[in-house]
Amino acid sequence: MRTTLDATPARGSLLSDPRARAWLFQIIAVAAVVGIGWYLFHNTQTNLANRGITSGFGFLDNAAGFGISQHLIDYSESDSYGRVFWIGLLNTLLVSVLGIVLATILGFILGVARLSSNWLIRQLATIYIETFRNIPPLLQIFFFYFAVLAPLPGPRDSLSLADMFFVNNRGLQMPAPLAAPGMWPFLVAIAVAVLAVVIFAVWAKGLRHATGKRLPVFWVSLAILLVVPGLTVMIVGAPFDWEIPELRRFNIRGGWVVIPELVSIVLALSIYTAAFIGETVRAGIQSVSHGQTEAASSLGLSGGQTLRLVIIPQALRVIIPPLTSQYLNLAKNSSLAAAIGYPDMVSLFAGTVLNQTGQAIETMAITMSVYLAISISISLLMNWYNKRIALIER
Amino acid sequence: MTAHTFKPDLPAPTTSIGALGWIRANLLSSWFNAALTLLGLYLLWLIVPPLLQWAIFQADWTGTTRQDCTREGACWVFIQSRFAQFMYGFYPPELRWRVDLAAVLAIAGAAPLFIKAMPHKVRYGIGYLLVYPLVAYWLLHGGFLGLETVPSTRWGGLMLTIVIAAVGIAGALPLGIMLALGRRSDMPAIRVICVTFIEFWRGVPLITVLFMSSVMLPLFLPVEMNLDKLLRAMVMVVFFEAAYVAEVVRGGLQAIPKGQYEAAAAMGLGYWRSMVLVILPQALKLVIPGLVNTFIALFKDTSLVIIIGLFDFLNSIKRATTDPAWLGMSTEGYVFAALVYWIFCFGMSRYSMHLERKLDTGHKH
Amino acid sequence: MKIKSTLAVLSAAVALGVGANAHAGATLDAVKNNGFVQCGISDGLPGFSYADAKGQYKGIDVDICRAVAAALFGDASKVKYSPLTAKERFTALQSGEVDMLSRNTTWTSSRDAAMGLNFTGVTYYDGQGFLVNKELGVKSAKELDGATVCIQAGTTTELNLSDYFRANGMNYTPITYDTSDESAKSLESGRCDVLTSDQSQLYAQRIKLANPEQYIVLPEVISKEPLGPAVRQGDEEWFDIVRWTLFAMLNAEELGINSSNVEEMAKTTKNPDVARLLGAEGEYGKDLNLPKDWAVQIIKQVGNYGEVFARNVGADSDLKIERGLNALWKDGGLQYAPPVR
Repeated sequence: MRTTLDATPARGSLLSDPRARAWLFQIIAVAAVVGIGWYLFHNTQTNLANRGITSGFGFLDNAAGFGISQHLIDYSESDSYGRVFWIGLLNTLLVSVLGIVLATILGFILGVARLSSNWLIRQLATIYIETFRNIPPLLQIFFFYFAVLAPLPGPRDSLSLADMFFVNNRGLQMPAPLAAPGMWPFLVAIAVAVLAVVIFAVWAKGLRHATGKRLPVFWVSLAILLVVPGLTVMIVGAPFDWEIPELRRFNIRGGWVVIPELVSIVLALSIYTAAFIGETVRAGIQSVSHGQTEAASSLGLSGGQTLRLVIIPQALRVIIPPLTSQYLNLAKNSSLAAAIGYPDMVSLFAGTVLNQTGQAIETMAITMSVYLAISISISLLMNWYNKRIALIER
Repeated sequence: MTAHTFKPDLPAPTTSIGALGWIRANLLSSWFNAALTLLGLYLLWLIVPPLLQWAIFQADWTGTTRQDCTREGACWVFIQSRFAQFMYGFYPPELRWRVDLAAVLAIAGAAPLFIKAMPHKVRYGIGYLLVYPLVAYWLLHGGFLGLETVPSTRWGGLMLTIVIAAVGIAGALPLGIMLALGRRSDMPAIRVICVTFIEFWRGVPLITVLFMSSVMLPLFLPVEMNLDKLLRAMVMVVFFEAAYVAEVVRGGLQAIPKGQYEAAAAMGLGYWRSMVLVILPQALKLVIPGLVNTFIALFKDTSLVIIIGLFDFLNSIKRATTDPAWLGMSTEGYVFAALVYWIFCFGMSRYSMHLERKLDTGHKH
Repeated sequence: MKIKSTLAVLSAAVALGVGANAHAGATLDAVKNNGFVQCGISDGLPGFSYADAKGQYKGIDVDICRAVAAALFGDASKVKYSPLTAKERFTALQSGEVDMLSRNTTWTSSRDAAMGLNFTGVTYYDGQGFLVNKELGVKSAKELDGATVCIQAGTTTELNLSDYFRANGMNYTPITYDTSDESAKSLESGRCDVLTSDQSQLYAQRIKLANPEQYIVLPEVISKEPLGPAVRQGDEEWFDIVRWTLFAMLNAEELGINSSNVEEMAKTTKNPDVARLLGAEGEYGKDLNLPKDWAVQIIKQVGNYGEVFARNVGADSDLKIERGLNALWKDGGLQYAPPVR
C-alpha cells in the first residue's frame, strides 16, 4: 500500500533527508572538536619543545624540600612531591567533609526554623539566610580570617581552659592522645561494644516486628557503649597518655592544633552553604502535603514522631538532588582556601609544587582531575542514596 | 411567654486577640516555644546593640585621615577617602565621566522596557541588547570615534565587577540554552559533546580555570595570538556559568509536557522554530528563579578574579586595607564590601520573585 | 548555511594550526609587532615594583623593563606590566603571557635548565634574611627554634628556610601565602613570629608596616639570592637584548655616564669605550638588532645602574639600602659588566 509519505523526497538531495543531515552535522561537530583538540595539542607540543620546558610526571618522585603547616600524614622536607600531592588532597578532603557535616546540621536547623510556629525564630532564620547567601564566600573567608581570628591574642596571652585548651591567633591547641599500654584493649573493647549494639538493635527490631513489643534500644545501647570500654579501662589501665600543650618561647607546643586558616575556611563555607541548605530543606518540607501531617496525627503520632517518621522521609526525596549540588559547590569552594594560605590541593600542589617544578600543565591536569573525581564521587554517592529512598510507585 | 431574644455576643477573650493574642499564638504557644523565643531575644540582644554601637553610634563619619578616627566604633572615613578607587579602580580620574555615562545609559536605555504601555517592546529590547554593548565598549575602552583608549588593565573597582558580571550573564544565557538543547538532542555525538562540556565545567573549581586562562593559555595557542587578560577571564566565567545555566534550562525543558513538542511538530514547525516559538518561551518562564539564582552566583563568583590579580571591587578593598596609612581597617572594608554585594544580590533575588509573579499565567499545575 | 559556517570555522582552525610553527626570533618579532614589551613584575614590593597611588608602576624591576623598551623602541613608556604572584610568574613566562620577567627572581640551575628559562644577568645580589618583632627579644636566627614563619609560596625562600632549620636542628611552622601583602599583614597581626624573604624585600616589606621601628632584620644571611630578569628559551636575539640592556646600564655607571650628561658625552667623547657604548663609533647596536643610539636612550630615559639603584632602593629612596654587594667591582662590589666592543 502506497502512502503519501513516499512521495515527499521530491528534491532527492541528501541534504533534505533529516537522517542524512543529522549524520553530516554530527560528523562535522566531532571533526570540529577533534580538530580544535589537535590544534591545541599541537601548539602546546611545539611551544614546549621550542622553549625547552621539561614535561612528564617524573617530578613526582623528586624531593620537595619545603615545609607544610598542616599535614594529616607524616611529612618531612625530604619527602617527594608525590607525597605533597596526598597531603594537599587530604587537606582538601578535610575541609570538604567538615564543611559538609557542619553545613548540613546548620542547614537542617535553619530549614526547620524557617517553618517554626514561633514568629521570632522564623524571622531570625530568614534574616540569616538572606544575609549570608547574598555575600560572596571568598569575602566571608577573608572576613573570618583577617577581621575575626587575626585580632585574637598572641600565644603568650592565650585564652585557656584548664591550662589544657588554648585559643590564640595561632589557632586552637588541645591535648593529643599518645598510645599507652591500654590502647589496644580499649580499641578492641569499643569494637566489641559497637558490634554488640548492632546485634542487639537488629534483634530488637525483629522482636518488635514479630510481637509489637518495644525494647528501650537507645538506653541499652548507651549502657553497652559506656560499660564495656569503661570496664576495660579499669582493668588494664588508661588507653592514652595525653600530651598537654605548653607555652614555649614562641608558640604553644605539643598537643593537637587546629590552625586558624582551617577554622576560617570551614566556618565561612559552612555558614555560607547552610543558608542554601536551609532553603532546600524548607522547600522539601513544604512539598509534603498537609494531609500527611493530619493523617499522622489521626494515627496518634506525636509531633516529633510525625516529623521523624512521616515528613522527613518524604521531604528527603525533594531535598536530596539540590542538596547534592550544594555539597558539590562546597567541595569546589574549598579551593578558595588558597587565598588565605591554607595548604589545600590548589595552594599546595597547583601552587607551590607547580612553581618549584615549573610543570604547569602536569600539575594543573592532576589538580583538575582530582576535583572532577571528587565531584563525580559525590554525585554517584548521592544518586545511589537518592535511588534507595526514591518512592516506589504502584 | 416572652419572645426569646439573643444576648449580644461577648467579645473574644482578651488573651486571643490584639497584640497579646498575637504574642500568645506566635511566641508563647508552648513551653518549648517560649524557651525558643527567649533564646531568640537573647541572640538579638547579643548581636544587635553592639552592632549598632559599632556601625552607627560609636562610628566616625567625618574626616580625612586615620587620625580623625578617635571613637570606639567603625571608621567610615576610610571608605569615604577611598570611595572613588573602590568604584573605578585605576580608571583615569579625568575620564571617569565615561563610566558614569555608560551606567546612566544602561539604566536609561533599559527603563522603557519596564513601562507597561511601551509599544514594540520586544524589538526595542533586542535593539538595546545589540546596540548597548557597542556603546558601552566605546565609552569604557575607547580608542575610536575620538575617545582616548583606556586599556582594560586600568579598569577596576565595582565597575569591573559589574562589567564582568554583565558580560558573563549576556554570554552564559545563550550558550547555556544551546548546551541544554544539545544535551537533549537526538544526535548522540552532539549529546556526548554537550554532556562532557557541562560536566567538566561543573566539576572543576573556577579559580583553577581562571589561573589557566590568565597564565597558561598562551601555551596552547600559536605565538602570534594575543588576547586581553580580562577578555580571557570573561570567557572562562561565561563557559563556567553556561554549564550551570544549561542544567537549569534542562530542568525547564524536561518539565514541558510531551504534547507541546508533538503539537509544535504537528503544526509543521521545524526543530528551531518549534523550540524558539513554543518550547523555550514556556521552559524559560518555568526556570526564571533558577536562572536568577545562577546569575546571583555569577555575580558573587566575579570576586574570584582576585586570584588572577584583576582589581575588581573586592580586590581594591583588600588592597586598600594593606595601605600603611590605613592599617587595621579590615573589618570596615569587608563590611562595606559585604553590604554592596548584598544589595546587588538581594535586589536580583527580589526582582526574580516579582518577575515570577508577573509571568505566572496560571498554567503551572 | 549553518553547515557552511561550521566548515569555514573548522578549516580556519586547521589552517591556523599548520601555520603555528614557531621559529627562532619569535619573541623579538612578536614584541616588535606589538610595539610594546609585556613585562612580568611583582604584585607590590616597594623599591622593586609597585603601583603608586595613581597606579603608575615604579621600582628597579620596573626600570629594567623600561630600559629594554627604551633600547628597542627609543621610548621607555612602551611597556605593559603584568603584576604576577610568585606562584604565577614562571608559568606566565613559559606560556608567553609575558615577554620578560623582571620580578626579583632568584637565578637557580633548575629554573635555568628544567623550566625553559634563561636568566640574563643579575640586577641585585641578595640573600635571605629574617624580619622579627623587637618584642620577642631575638638577636640571632639561631634562636628561632620553634618559631612560626611566614613565607611567600613558590619561592627559593621556602626551600632555603627548610634547609637552614634542618641544618641547625631546629623546628618551625611555615605559613605560606600567595602575596607579600598577606605575609606582612600576618606578621603584624602576630600570626607568625618571623617573616623570611630576601633581605631587600624585608626592608621593602618593613616600610609597609604600621610601626616599621618595631621590627628588626636579623643579622644572618642564610643564602645566595642573585636576582635578575629572565626570558624564555628559544629566542637568542631577544635574550641578548635584555642581557645587554642591563650591561649597558652597568657600563654607563662605570664610565661615568648618567642621564644628565649622556647626550653631551655621545657628541663630544674622546674615550673609545664611551664612544662604542653610545653608538658614536662602530655598529654595536646593529649586532644586537637595536638602533644605533640604544644605550643613549636607556641612559637618558631610565638612567645608569647607580641612578636607578639610588632612586628606587638606595640613598634617595625610603628604603635607604647600602650598595654593598651591588657596588661596582671597582668599588669592592660584585657588579661587573662585559665590555661593549
